[in-house]
Amino acid sequence: MAESIQLPALAVPATEGASDAPRHSAIVRVTHWITAVSAFALLLSGIVILLAHPRFYWGETGGASGSRVGPSLFDLPLPFVLENPIRGPGRYLHFFSAWICVLTGLFYVLYGFFSGHFKWNLLPAKKDLSWRLISDHLRLRHSPAEDAHSYNVVQRLSYLVVIFVLFPLLLWTGLGMSPAVTSVFPWLATTFGGQQSARTIHFFLTIAVIAFVLVHLFMVYRAGFLGRVWTMITGRTPR
Amino acid sequence: MSELITRRKLITTGLATAAGLAGVTTAAKIADRYGFIPPDHRGIFGAGETLTYAAQRILMSRHSMAREFSRAEISKVTPVNGKHPQTDAYQRLLAGGFADWKLTIDGLVSRPTSFSLADLKRFPAYTQITHQACEEGWSFIAEWKGVRLSDVLNAVGIAPQAKWVFYISIDKDWWDSIDVPDAMHPQTFLAFGMNGQEIPLDHGAPIRLRVPRQLGYKSVKFVNHITVTDTMKGIGDGLGSASPAAGYSWYAGI
Repeated sequence: MAESIQLPALAVPATEGASDAPRHSAIVRVTHWITAVSAFALLLSGIVILLAHPRFYWGETGGASGSRVGPSLFDLPLPFVLENPIRGPGRYLHFFSAWICVLTGLFYVLYGFFSGHFKWNLLPAKKDLSWRLISDHLRLRHSPAEDAHSYNVVQRLSYLVVIFVLFPLLLWTGLGMSPAVTSVFPWLATTFGGQQSARTIHFFLTIAVIAFVLVHLFMVYRAGFLGRVWTMITGRTPR
Repeated sequence: MSELITRRKLITTGLATAAGLAGVTTAAKIADRYGFIPPDHRGIFGAGETLTYAAQRILMSRHSMAREFSRAEISKVTPVNGKHPQTDAYQRLLAGGFADWKLTIDGLVSRPTSFSLADLKRFPAYTQITHQACEEGWSFIAEWKGVRLSDVLNAVGIAPQAKWVFYISIDKDWWDSIDVPDAMHPQTFLAFGMNGQEIPLDHGAPIRLRVPRQLGYKSVKFVNHITVTDTMKGIGDGLGSASPAAGYSWYAGI
């Protein structure tokens, strides 16, 4: 027994994490991958829909057709109106994936509250909320090995923003473009100044999610891509 | 012990599966009974379409109104997708100031009728300042003047078993349908006026059927034939409109 006390302090959590409770619970793993796949489908189908009219407006209306052009906020450097025959199926895919993403997200959020997942795994500890620690993490001064068993403060904050800000706002601005849903809840559109504003914000929120995913993938790569992906699939930390 | 657990597990799983199946079957029956099943409910995307249509039908009361705007918000630019038909039939009607134009209403109605434009204008006229939002992404606000489709359908005696209202354009490639709740909605217009004038040719003269709680493509232009049915079978490919054939969803409340 005396020998085990002599073990280096770092080795203890490592073996504990590998053998005991999974690093990510089964529900976190399953909802993570369903969200990843449905968000990817939403992105692809969203691009397909956007290509029909890659211009953005502010307010309620914005119109351009043929030679009659209304003033736009900004245009993407793409053909004016790109006719693509996959737009219809793109719309079907968008709303199909949206349902999967939203239902999975709802389930995950309920689980997160009731299981204590948010409280224990995502809410940053008070002592970690220091600018110095956050800026150290942002400058990649910490080794990825430190968060093999628990998320670091920047991870926690960015996951919370994605879960409680970006995705809900994407859903909100998406519904703000629906003439049927806004007939019941007009504020879904009017809060942002109109249906076209909701569409423009929907676009920028998408850019924010893409940015998050790119950074997320880079951090996973930095920590050892296959190992972290393996952990998110099986729940086990490779030794 | 392990055998017991296996048997218990088996019974629980069996019961859960049976309950699940019964639940799904009952849900499907109830959904169909209350009109929660869109025509394009099959295929890989069918589940999403059905969820959207059912959820919005539950959420929206029959009288939830599409957002209306002030006169100041009427758009100065009113884009169109596609010009008025160049066919001889349409050009002849146009040359005669649409005096020979007729809107035929048939199907599940007690008195199938053909209305001239003057006949239609004898119904009470209403206006609405609403969005025309194209699925492409652009939109405009206009003031539409017309008669309520519900008034006209009541006048010809819409049958109680009616479920769908089909509307067909002079431009034969463009036809669509809505459910009876949308057809009887107070904002569903047979519109003949736009922004204080007769509706411009490219916006659907003489009649555009306006469905403002759905995207623009449901508001078919140049409508001259309305058929009330209780089934979609045998009409086109049975998907309720020309849109699903081109890949677009039948329900466009989005």
